Amino acid sequence: MSSLVYFSSVSENTRRFVDKLDIDATRIPLRPTEPFLHVRDPYVLVVPTYGGGNEGGAVPRQVVKFLNDATNRSLIRGVIAAGNTNFGAHYCMAGDIIAAKCQVPYLYAFELMGTTEDVRRVREGWGRFWQRHSPTPA
Amino acid sequence: MAEKLKLVDRVQAINWNRVEDEKDVEVWDRLVGNFWLPEKVPVSNDIQSWATLSDVEKQMTTRVFTGLTLLDTIQGTVGAVSLIPDALTPHEEAVYTNIAFMESVHAKSYSSIFSTLISTREIDEAFRWSEENPNLQRKAEIVLDYYRGDEPLKRKVASTMLESFLFYSGFYAPMYWSSRAKLTNTADLIRLIIRDEAVHGYYIGYKFQKGLEKLTEPERQDLKDYTFELLFELYDNEVEYTQDLYDPLGLTEDVKAFLRYNANKALMNLGYEALFPKDETNVNPAILSALSPNADENHDFFSGSGSSYVIGKAVNTEDEDWDF
Repeated sequence: MSSLVYFSSVSENTRRFVDKLDIDATRIPLRPTEPFLHVRDPYVLVVPTYGGGNEGGAVPRQVVKFLNDATNRSLIRGVIAAGNTNFGAHYCMAGDIIAAKCQVPYLYAFELMGTTEDVRRVREGWGRFWQRHSPTPA
Repeated sequence: MAEKLKLVDRVQAINWNRVEDEKDVEVWDRLVGNFWLPEKVPVSNDIQSWATLSDVEKQMTTRVFTGLTLLDTIQGTVGAVSLIPDALTPHEEAVYTNIAFMESVHAKSYSSIFSTLISTREIDEAFRWSEENPNLQRKAEIVLDYYRGDEPLKRKVASTMLESFLFYSGFYAPMYWSSRAKLTNTADLIRLIIRDEAVHGYYIGYKFQKGLEKLTEPERQDLKDYTFELLFELYDNEVEYTQDLYDPLGLTEDVKAFLRYNANKALMNLGYEALFPKDETNVNPAILSALSPNADENHDFFSGSGSSYVIGKAVNTEDEDWDF
C-alpha cells in the first residue's frame, strides 16, 4: 500500500496540511522516547524546513534519524516540503536536501500550513503519481 | 503618557537545562544563529545605483524606510517587551528579549542605509513625512493600543500581524528594486530583516496557539473573530498607506497582491486558514523571486511527464547526522 509519512513539530503546521489532504498518513515521532517508526510500504515524505541562515539543521533531526534507517530510506518515493519564502534561497530547502540524498523526486513545495490551492493540487497529483510509481497502487 | 509599568510577577533563575517547551530552545538557537549587524552589508556599493533613481522613486523609497523604522522601533521598544509578562516559560521571556534587541538592530539599520545614500536634509524630511502621514500613524496606533491593553492573547495577535503582515507594504520596495538589479546590497540587508521577521511571527503565533489551548471554545471563537476583524481593519489601512507610497509609481495593485499574500501567512502563523483566495494573492513573479530565488521552481505533480521531476540539485549539506 502506498502512503504518506510526515513530520511535524509542536507548531503542528505540517500536520494541519496533512490533515487537510485526507490521505492515510503516519507521523514520525517527535521525541526520542517514542517508539522508532519503521515503514513497510513505499511512501511520500512530507517535511517542514527548519528555516534559517545556515544549511545545517534544515531537515529536522527526527527526519534524519528516520531516513538513516536503510529500510525506511529504500521505500521513499518522493518528497514534499514546507517552508517560508522569507528564508530566501533556503525556502523549502529540506525538500532539496532529501531529494538529493535519497535520489527521489521533489514533488511539491508549500508555505506554512498550505493554502486550499496547495491541498487541491497535491490531492489531484497524488493518485497520478502513484499510478506511475507503483505497479500496484493502493 | 504615564502608564503603570507591568512587569513579570515573579522571576526565577532561568535554567536552560530544564526546558518545558522545546520550541523555546529551537527558536533561541535559530535567532542566535541568524544574528547579523548592518555594518556587515556593503550598502555603500549602492550609491551609484541610488543616483540612477528618479526623484519620485527616491522619495518613495526613503518614505518606505522611515515607515519600516517606525514599525521596528515599536516592536523593539514596546511590542516584544510587552509580551514578556505573559510568557508561559522563562525561556519564552528570554526569546522575547532577543526579538526586542533584533528589532532595534533592524530600526538602526535603516539609519545606516539613510546615512549612506541620502543627505541629512532628505533624512529629516522623510522622518517628518512619517510623523505626518495619517495612515502610517494609524497603523502604529492600532497596534500600540493592543500592546497597552490587558489582553495577553490579543497582544500576540497584534504582534504577529505586525511581524508577518504590516511590514510588507514596505518590504515590497527593496524587492522591487532588487528585481530590477538596483539597490541590490540594500535588498540583501532587507532580506536579513525579512528572515528574522519570519521567525518572530512564527514564534509569537505559536505561543498564541499555546495560549488558545487553555481557553474554552467560546473564548477561542471570540479571539478568532477578533483576529479577522483586526486583519480587515489593518488591511484597509494598509491599502491606503500603499496608495500614499506607490500611486505615484503606478505600483499600488502589485503591492496589494503582496499584502494579501502576507496577510494569509500572518493568519497561518496564528493557526488560522488563509483568507484571501489564490486569484488575489498572485504576487508578481519578479517580486517573489527577489524574495526567494527558488520560490517559483516548479516542484509540482503537474510538471509534465514523470521524467521532468526535479531530483534535487547538488546541495552542500554534509551534516554529520546523516549516516548515508
